[in-house]
Amino acid sequence: MHPALAVIFLTLFSGGGFGLMALTAIVNDFQIDGGLNPLQTMIALLVSLAFVSIGLLSSTAHLANPKNAWRAFTRWRTSWLAREGVFAVAYYPFAMLYLIWVFFTGHPAALPGLVLANMAALIGLITIFCQGMIYAVLRTIRQWNTPLVPANFYLMGLAIGATILVAIRWATGNPAPALLGTAAALLVLSAVFKGIYYFWISRPAGPTIRTATGFNRLNVRILDPGHTFGTFLTEEFGHTLAPASAHRIKALMYTIAYGVPLILLATVAQSNAAILAILAAVLVVGGIGIERWLFFVEAQHVINLYHGRQHC
Amino acid sequence: MRLGLVIDLDTCVGCHACAVACKEWNTSGTTGALTDYQPYGAKPSGVWFNRIRHYEIGDYPHNKTINFPMSCMHCENAECVTVCPTGASYKRAEDGIVLVDQSKCMGCNYCSWACPYGARELDRASGTMKKCTLCIDRIYDMEIPEEERQPACVLTCPAHARMFGDFDDPESPVSRAVRERGGYQLMPELNYNPSNHYLPPRVHAPIDTERMRQKGLRAVKDWIHRAVER
Ligand code: SF4
Ligand code: SF4
Repeated sequence: MHPALAVIFLTLFSGGGFGLMALTAIVNDFQIDGGLNPLQTMIALLVSLAFVSIGLLSSTAHLANPKNAWRAFTRWRTSWLAREGVFAVAYYPFAMLYLIWVFFTGHPAALPGLVLANMAALIGLITIFCQGMIYAVLRTIRQWNTPLVPANFYLMGLAIGATILVAIRWATGNPAPALLGTAAALLVLSAVFKGIYYFWISRPAGPTIRTATGFNRLNVRILDPGHTFGTFLTEEFGHTLAPASAHRIKALMYTIAYGVPLILLATVAQSNAAILAILAAVLVVGGIGIERWLFFVEAQHVINLYHGRQHC
Repeated sequence: MRLGLVIDLDTCVGCHACAVACKEWNTSGTTGALTDYQPYGAKPSGVWFNRIRHYEIGDYPHNKTINFPMSCMHCENAECVTVCPTGASYKRAEDGIVLVDQSKCMGCNYCSWACPYGARELDRASGTMKKCTLCIDRIYDMEIPEEERQPACVLTCPAHARMFGDFDDPESPVSRAVRERGGYQLMPELNYNPSNHYLPPRVHAPIDTERMRQKGLRAVKDWIHRAVER
């Protein structure tokens, strides 16, 4: 698939923003590490709102005809894309009201505030699910057609949110060992799940050139794709990655998204150096950005069978 | 009614006439124009509803060239419709034709991701998704003679490799052709249940090329070919 930056940004930033909201609510609900103070809560909310907005705004850049974008909320009965839009927008009033509540009352853990926070968190988590299902429902792309996709989106969104929250805590001079442990655990879990996903898609399966053409007992080879230069189909679906470079980029991705941040977080626990926590959060976002890029490039649409691929 | 096409892979000669006729008719049709990019430039490209690909099936000496026209299959389980967030993509209840409402589409490409047959192409000029309409503006046009109320591709095919009709009627020519010639659907495992069916090549008695060689005249010709120096 064509790795469109707009869609990579959408899932990366809005996933991280919703993950951050969910963790903010949980930390304040259960007063983990003593809960967040008003300033920390407000910073977390602002970062979350900014991330979600970056994601949603960049996704409109992917539309060829954005003037009809408002219609995307109408088919929520059948379309996961419409559901994602509805929930993403429903997130704003709750997150903003919570922000206003904290600003004026200074009590992030008071009941009305927590109700708002948990509503925003819940809606955010539902939105991540919808985002995963947009890809997971497509039977045409085997690499996406698995429940591991929404699971990965969840773990990565939460891991991004947790590392950002750790950075906010430490940068505002307030160590949070339990939160740090949570971030590390989410990073490890998300790395493991991504590994399971990569194992899962590593072998070819699903439709082949034989079922695509109906010549089930014969060898089928393309002679001519029937077009002179690229078409919409080759531009949108024709992207691939040589296995060797895929492996290299995956190693890089694991290093940036998981390896180095985990080491940094461990150092933060020893040294209290807030700058390292911030660096870890930046690396996690960047590394998972690479993961998202791979997620698109490695997806092989069955239409490629009609352009010469034997299996996808 | 369940309207669709039957494509005979035995007789299709791969001339691309259907694709050209389709482009010609539909560029001024309900979802036209079908924009061309750099038509006279270095990399001509553009929107087509119908594409013909060419394959070799089997291994030498039992191989054969197959010409493979593909357009929208007007699937019964049209996922392209269910995934569309705007309602621009829809399937008509009365005849099963799948269409895109150009005034509602926001150009998100999601339906093209859901289509296994590459039937949908984004028009970069209008920013909307375009696809085969089964020439809905021809087949229901009461102003033209009844025998011409067929998709442009069917009318133009010089090899008569295309048939148009109602798959819900078991006695329609398309239903009979599918029944009698073992017509099949593409990628049935995806369960889109496409309306369009393909007829496999007929089985012919093999031509015995070895024995032909031994016939007198051919033997002499072969000998001359070998003897004469070029
Ligand atoms: S062939 Fe593709 S565009 Fe046509 S109905 Fe089926 S899924 Fe939809
Ligand atoms: S490109 Fe248009 S028709 Fe296709 S899913 Fe998006 S809005 Fe619907």
